[in-house]
Amino acid sequence: MNLAIKDIRANLGRFTLTTLGIGMLLMIVMGMAGIYRGLVEDATLLVERIGADLWVVQKDTRGPFAEVSRVPRNLVHRVTTVPGVATAREFVFHTIQRQHLGKPLRISLLGLSWPQDKGEWLPLIAGRPIGQSRFELVADKSLGLTLGEELKLGKDTYTVVGITTGMLSTGGDGMAFTTVWDAQVIQFDAPSEAIRLERAARDQRGQTSEVFLREPALSERMGLPATELAAVPVPALSAVVVRLLPHADSRQVEELIASWGDTSVFTREGQNDLLLQGMVDKARRQLGMFRALLTLIAAIIMALIIYTLTLDKLYSIALLKLIGAPNRVILGLILQQALLLGGLGYLLAYTLGLRLFPYFPRRVVLANEDLIQLAIVVVVISVVSSLLGIVKALRVQPNSVLMG
Amino acid sequence: MAVEMAGEPAIETRDLTKVYGSGNTEVVAMRDANVLVRKGEVVALLGPSGSGKSTFLTAVGLINPPTSGQILIGDQLVMDGPQAQVNLRTFRRTQIGYVFQKSNLITFLNARENVQIAMELDGMPSRDARHRALELLGELGVADRAEHGVSMLSGGQQQRVAVARALANSPSVLLADEPTAALDSRLGRQVMELFRRVARDHGAGVIVVTHDQRTLDVFDAVYEMEDGRIHAQPADIGPPKNS
Ligand SMILES: Nc1ncnc2c1ncn2[C@@H]1O[C@H](COP(=O)(O)OP(=O)(O)O)[C@@H](O)[C@H]1O
Ligand SMILES: [Mg+2]
Repeated sequence: MNLAIKDIRANLGRFTLTTLGIGMLLMIVMGMAGIYRGLVEDATLLVERIGADLWVVQKDTRGPFAEVSRVPRNLVHRVTTVPGVATAREFVFHTIQRQHLGKPLRISLLGLSWPQDKGEWLPLIAGRPIGQSRFELVADKSLGLTLGEELKLGKDTYTVVGITTGMLSTGGDGMAFTTVWDAQVIQFDAPSEAIRLERAARDQRGQTSEVFLREPALSERMGLPATELAAVPVPALSAVVVRLLPHADSRQVEELIASWGDTSVFTREGQNDLLLQGMVDKARRQLGMFRALLTLIAAIIMALIIYTLTLDKLYSIALLKLIGAPNRVILGLILQQALLLGGLGYLLAYTLGLRLFPYFPRRVVLANEDLIQLAIVVVVISVVSSLLGIVKALRVQPNSVLMG
Repeated sequence: MAVEMAGEPAIETRDLTKVYGSGNTEVVAMRDANVLVRKGEVVALLGPSGSGKSTFLTAVGLINPPTSGQILIGDQLVMDGPQAQVNLRTFRRTQIGYVFQKSNLITFLNARENVQIAMELDGMPSRDARHRALELLGELGVADRAEHGVSMLSGGQQQRVAVARALANSPSVLLADEPTAALDSRLGRQVMELFRRVARDHGAGVIVVTHDQRTLDVFDAVYEMEDGRIHAQPADIGPPKNS
């Protein structure tokens, strides 16, 4: 006969309600761990998906995701010549915010180096990858754009040809993908007046720059968009992504490129670490604090209910001692109740969570590691919370039954 | 078995004294109590309220340590003054059955479970314990209340369940504090007869605190308590009637 179960049967309502409460608290604790996992996954997803071995970025910057990085276009060619490099590609990434259907729409725009990269690696759930060099766009589901929808960005109109899922930038904004060309056009889109002023300024610079004095032909090309100018371009790429040859010495390549003076180099892990430190670390600490607090609250509630359940049956416990029940029976009775409460609460948290988490605005990722960790925490707080009741129960004298 | 054991001491107290409190609030509830109950004997303990009967019974029941004096169960010294000489919890579980004045059932168990738990604590397999519990409840006429919660039972029914539990482990010492107070005279007599049977069949020593002068004839001996002192009623001292 299990005394713990028998007593719960006698206090079913109270026990059920408490289990529900504990379960919901634990669900939030579980969800918070999942939200953090989601943050990390979202943050590193892009880096993982792009799968570059090395990231070449502007000197002393921390790469395209953490801050603004600008490298010149010809860097791609320089990097390609380094021994051990298999391919080097342009990488353009920036976030824009536009009005769409009367609401602000934030898009993290990633340029694909067409035609080598059409975006076949994207997790498409509808449509197709980029099919032409301009005016096509693949958008993430989270942006709320529909297949075939036309979107005016800058002076041009883009057609949504594909929809991805789960492609979010570190900031949690939905991503869109165009060719590098389009991405730059969108990025450097400026009002006509600004363009006119910029051209005039260039002419001015041309008058004084030695280059133009020696090669007057150059000044004829001044009217081209800034990104197409060979000698005086605005550095136009965010980064260059490098794939190494198999068996290439990553360290060596890294050191060589880093020695150039205008570049910094990160490995994939390095890039991930940067992302996590910079953007996710505070969130992690914040969520961690909430989790600790909620766990504490759960423990206090458990302690309280176990204690009152124990007080309510103190007479019966004294009686059990009177008829010779050893302490381990009484300890077991209370401990089992606490563990049952914790265990059922955990199960409830898990089943509820599985149903509710998909509706959370940010991604919730339940990692086995976190689930196991929480399970251990629940066992610990169950034991700790039963201590108060156990002490009370072990103190009660068997002959107290006969008094009063 | 009963015949061989008859005559050997089941319970013996030597100069048992209990003092509650100290200083101004000191109460000597029991003074130099000397009692001998032999195996197979059923003895009565009479006395006015406050004379120390419960104090004596709980001391012998090993739940209320005496201030001084000795308690022997069988031929084993179990209490020497307030010092326990054995593991009291184990000793109570295996050797002693109690029925107390007021209901003393575990409230979160039903009638059957209250009897069953006593045997399970003593290591009897659940199925056997359950069977025996139902048997005992049957003997006490409350088989039809076996699955009822404690609060659903009348005082008399609760008392009979408590008696069933006290008998469950075939104790060598059975202690009852006014067990028949809540029962009508027919049931009271029936319970007393059960006690007799336990004494005879298991060679148990039985002490019953009672007010009921009408049932005195079933006892082998009658002790009387007054102001903490115990004396045997001479007329009733003699060999056990049923052995
Ligand atoms: N726990 C206790 N603390 C102090 N005094 C007690 C306690 N229990 C009993 N007494 C006192 O001891 C005396 C004997 O009580 P008790 O053994 O209950 O007598 P009875 O059972 O014959 O009525 C009484 O005066 C009572 O007030
Ligand atoms: Mg009394």
